[in-house]
Amino acid sequence: MHPHRRQIVAGLSAALLAPRMAQAATVSDGAGRAVPVPAKVERVFPAGPPAAIFLYTLTPELLLGWPRANRPEEREFLLPDVGARPEVGRITGRGNTANLESVIALKPDLILDIGSVNPTYVSLADRVQEQTGIPYALLDGRFDGSARAYRTLGTLIGQPAPGEEFARYTERTMAVIAGRIAAVPKAARPRVYYARGPRGLETGLGGSINVETIELLAQNVAGETRGGLATVSIEQVLLWNPDVIITIDQDFAAGVRGDPAWAPVKAVREGRVHLSPKLPFGWVDFPPSVNRLVGLRWLAKILYPDLFPEDLRALTRDFYARFYHVTPSDAQIDRVLAGRD
Amino acid sequence: MTPRPFLPGLIIAFGVLALGLVVAFTVGRYPVTLSELVDVLWSRLTGAPTSAPPAVENVVLLVRGPRVIAAVLVGAALAVAGTAFQGLFRNPLVSPDILGASSGAALGAVLGIFFSLGVLGIEGLAFAGGLIAVAAVYVIGSLLKSRDPILVLVLTGVVIGALLGAGVGLVKYLADPYNQLPAMTFWLLGSLAATTVADLLPLLGPVALGTIVLVALRWRLNVMSLPDDEARALGLATGPLRIAIVAAATLVTSASVATSGIIGWVGLVVPHLARALVGPDFPRLIPTAALLGGGYLLFIDTLARTAAPVEIPLGILTAVIGTPFFIWLLAGMQRTWS
Repeated sequence: MHPHRRQIVAGLSAALLAPRMAQAATVSDGAGRAVPVPAKVERVFPAGPPAAIFLYTLTPELLLGWPRANRPEEREFLLPDVGARPEVGRITGRGNTANLESVIALKPDLILDIGSVNPTYVSLADRVQEQTGIPYALLDGRFDGSARAYRTLGTLIGQPAPGEEFARYTERTMAVIAGRIAAVPKAARPRVYYARGPRGLETGLGGSINVETIELLAQNVAGETRGGLATVSIEQVLLWNPDVIITIDQDFAAGVRGDPAWAPVKAVREGRVHLSPKLPFGWVDFPPSVNRLVGLRWLAKILYPDLFPEDLRALTRDFYARFYHVTPSDAQIDRVLAGRD
Repeated sequence: MTPRPFLPGLIIAFGVLALGLVVAFTVGRYPVTLSELVDVLWSRLTGAPTSAPPAVENVVLLVRGPRVIAAVLVGAALAVAGTAFQGLFRNPLVSPDILGASSGAALGAVLGIFFSLGVLGIEGLAFAGGLIAVAAVYVIGSLLKSRDPILVLVLTGVVIGALLGAGVGLVKYLADPYNQLPAMTFWLLGSLAATTVADLLPLLGPVALGTIVLVALRWRLNVMSLPDDEARALGLATGPLRIAIVAAATLVTSASVATSGIIGWVGLVVPHLARALVGPDFPRLIPTAALLGGGYLLFIDTLARTAAPVEIPLGILTAVIGTPFFIWLLAGMQRTWS
């Protein structure tokens, strides 16, 4: 081949190869955006609490701070040095508490956001990435997308093997639970009312992120109306007459048993009002992150005690060891399961 | 002043409230038949055993009953306070929260939610917040020497209200977005969904006290709605009277807002409606406004709790219904205001 010609061919193939090489250095995030993979990842800025928790579980050492500082009772269930890292604010569009200049000053190699992947958050991610010059990965925060989020995160931070391990554990847990309740027809599943607020009258409507795990296992009495959080009246709850009440509010859980207005509700009559554990992170609702995985076990046991005979304390200890990197004592597990602060 | 017959107007207002009570007690998300309703109420009055199922008894006596009473009290309170303020400030666009009662209560309530207090703590802080805000406005307004003390008072109220609004914004900004922020948003939109029997006494006390004071001052309110120098020429001590009226109206407003959250429009629209019925004379206006306000909020709250499985916030309904209504009233206002 003519040398001159060979050069042209080489140049052409390089031109053809170039985009492919660029592609190899990017990862498609939860919104389908191509995020450049940083050469090395040592510091990650979490855009919000769900991202901070995901990152903490997989690689606690990379987390450079928390959207809001952990309280002492929460830090008890986190690695001491990581749990005490400073408050760095959050990036959530207009409600930013983090200043972009201070984000840059923290020198993160990656900004991680886990949550909604709708156009609002996609454009926010693009804008922040452009302004800061730091890769911004937006992962889908839906509960059933947890395994995929772990895999993508593992690839992004150059640790695909641990990411895969967490993904598998997540899939296994969900498969075990789904497999056992598959035999129970949808209509025979317990009817659950999810109570928030000191009077227990805030609830999550059908498809809301607040009741994802409840709807996975049971019937949400408020599920006919689609939406997010809403207020309902006691009259409506009496009409629904739920079999089980799951609440995250300590005051409500303490008061509802003696409240005559709630007395006719089936769940109250039968003593099936359950206060969700919340240390270090809530088990049912917020933040909507992988902390809900252990909550799924808890819910399954409450809703189907016969199908899930396992000791919840052992499961809790195992989950906390794997995901939170701590081994709680029996007394600590008691406190967690009691749902108190 | 257009002389207007009093009795027909009062009867209409009373009819609205009575109809509202019947409708509110008989409709709701939980089906209660008329005979069950009568049965439960009758057995309550006579002590005879009821044949209605316990759930129905609960709904009528512990859920719907307190809520209906609270709606009437809050509606009446806001309407009476609005009537008094519109007269005192000689301005048809004044509502009971002009001196910062609602903004102060809002700041108190969001702080209560922020610090994860219980229901009583939140309501107590809201009530105190309303009283403190108006007291602060009044003190600052009185310290500023001016030839038009009323105008200075209103402007101070607007300015302090804006500052308190900023405080509410700051607390919301710092709040936990998953748990506290929705609770604050719901509270600020206003609702009677959580009313229980235990809420009625703390509501009734201040509302009754404030209303009694305003009713006692009804003749003087007529004079107070004249320009300051004319009122003084008629031998009235305008300063102490103004304090009494503001204190009474603030008491009822703060107590209402603490129970129900922010419900706008009632205190603005209902006084105009009452004036259209019985004219601007305060001895007639105050009872008419109270009845109409109670009936009006009762209808709105009934709509809020029955239209959908989910509660519709009262603040939204009162605005959606109140705006066109107010525009319609404005068209005929020349007639009723002056």
